[in-house]
Amino acid sequence: MQLTDDDVRAILKLLDASGFGSLELETEQFRLSLQRSDAGGWTQETVTLREPEPLPAAAAPAHPPAGAAAPEPAAPAPASQSVPSGPQPGLIAVTTPLPGTFYRSPKPGSPAFVELGQHVEADTVVAIVETMKLMNSVYAGTRGHIVEICLGDAEFAVQGAVLMRIQPDAP
Amino acid sequence: VILRRVLIANRGEIAVRVIRTCERLGIETVLAASAADMDSVAARRATQVICLGPAPANRSYLCVDAVMAAAIASRADAIHPGYGFLSENAGLAEACEAAGKTFIGPTPAQLRAVGDKLKARSHALAAGLPVVPGGEAANLAQAGELAARIGYPVLIKSVGGGGGRGMQLVRSAETLAAALDLAIAEASAAFGDPRVYVERFVAAGRHIEVQVLGDGRGVVHLGTRDCSIQRRYQKLIEEAPAPRLRAELREQMQNAALAFARHLEYRGLGTVELLMDCERDSFHFLEMNARIQVEHPVTEAITGLDLVEEQIAVAEGRALRFGQAEIRFDGHAIECRINAEAWRDDFRPCPGRIDHARFAAGEGIRVDTHIEAGVEIPPYYDSLMAKLIAFGRDRPQALERLVAALRDCDIRGVESTLPMHLELLQTPEFEVGAVTTAYFPQFLASHAAVSGAL
Repeated sequence: MQLTDDDVRAILKLLDASGFGSLELETEQFRLSLQRSDAGGWTQETVTLREPEPLPAAAAPAHPPAGAAAPEPAAPAPASQSVPSGPQPGLIAVTTPLPGTFYRSPKPGSPAFVELGQHVEADTVVAIVETMKLMNSVYAGTRGHIVEICLGDAEFAVQGAVLMRIQPDAP
Repeated sequence: VILRRVLIANRGEIAVRVIRTCERLGIETVLAASAADMDSVAARRATQVICLGPAPANRSYLCVDAVMAAAIASRADAIHPGYGFLSENAGLAEACEAAGKTFIGPTPAQLRAVGDKLKARSHALAAGLPVVPGGEAANLAQAGELAARIGYPVLIKSVGGGGGRGMQLVRSAETLAAALDLAIAEASAAFGDPRVYVERFVAAGRHIEVQVLGDGRGVVHLGTRDCSIQRRYQKLIEEAPAPRLRAELREQMQNAALAFARHLEYRGLGTVELLMDCERDSFHFLEMNARIQVEHPVTEAITGLDLVEEQIAVAEGRALRFGQAEIRFDGHAIECRINAEAWRDDFRPCPGRIDHARFAAGEGIRVDTHIEAGVEIPPYYDSLMAKLIAFGRDRPQALERLVAALRDCDIRGVESTLPMHLELLQTPEFEVGAVTTAYFPQFLASHAAVSGAL
């Protein structure tokens, strides 16, 4: 059982009448801290103490998600692709702007933004990273050739992860 | 039917919100959560929690089969889908019917009629509502032809979408192809439907919507909301009623919403979104959202209703519990969406761990949230952390309370949009009210100019 906003308001009325400036309330379910703010209003901080009560998970769906969203990352392709020579000095890393899911193509089934060995301009979109439901375009940032793609399609990119490496053109 | 056990197929603040009403009504709740949310505040507050699948939404919250399996395994009578995810998915509503579960929402046919935005446009026309010029864009050639006909700038919108996802503004033919690709990608990821359509972009309009509630026979409206403060078609601030609206126009909007809902013999809670053209003093139908909306608390504040309770009542097959004449509108309410975003850094999303979360409390203040100290905000879902709602006898009082309440809020561990709201609410333009959708970009531009000068 949680307190409702009405409960909290009723408690605050009592506090207003009493002259107390704060209240700490703890049950098995939650901890509520009410404090008078510097400006004279009230503030609340809640911590839910109750532990979740999990039910056994349902049997896995027999067939693939109906109407579910693509891109469909049933099993992200984990392999990192690189040209046989491997990473060399002088390569420029393309890093993810945000932690999120790395996509190589604009939509499922369509060709990848870039392939290994392809020449790109600084403003070429090389991938999309989806963070908090937003698709963020990733730009090459450098003129040159893509020599390594470090993550598989639909793999999760942690903050700052290297997505690709570019061999920059000679100036 | 009387619902005794409801599966909540959602997460975040709306899951907590639905649990609160169910608890008050003596209904047990089972939270259907992804692996990333098994220890969330909603999971702790629900009677029980069941795992839907891994963290990515397309393998959990967007998976009809997983949700149905969870409903059956947990012996729930009904599914509350919240907003977003599968809330407007006709497939889920149909699967509920087939499994003898109550879907807390409209019928599958109604979901199809409004979920497909192109079909919704034709229903709106049939119901006598004006629509924004536009149409389907199945490929680049068709999009280009249509855009040229209605004139740039145009908006690319997702046929299966809503909530602003998958929407792209295109100012000229040169950028159409790239925008179309991005819109299709977002539409696929967010809604599982890559189809998009093109509409004329109204540069200076007000986004006004009408809340409706139907029981399949009768329909009532619950007044207007103004949601014109938006960034990239994501609402940031909403208020009810829409301020400074000519009385006859407000009535026409409310009647248009009723006409549309009646045309569909609508059952459930829904919102008819309208775009007001301020120059022409007229409005167009945009779309209908066949679900509870993020901004529903401002309507609750001015009507005194609990909209989740009304959703449950009509889902149980009961008739509307009040007629139009019995609905009283009183006072004014404004809501701020507090997101985990760095607003000074182009609203960069900031997933992470909350170290500290203090909110305002007291007279005229409501906070709907799923964050508290220790909570982890995962990168897989949206950035909404909390909604701060202030109610007052009139708009100035509501605004005054909201500003004071924002000052009393303190979130640490991730960046939040609290400081942005505090600045925005104190601009002369917002204080006057009735700004257009062009206002927020101007606010950002002027703010950037000031910051740059310092």
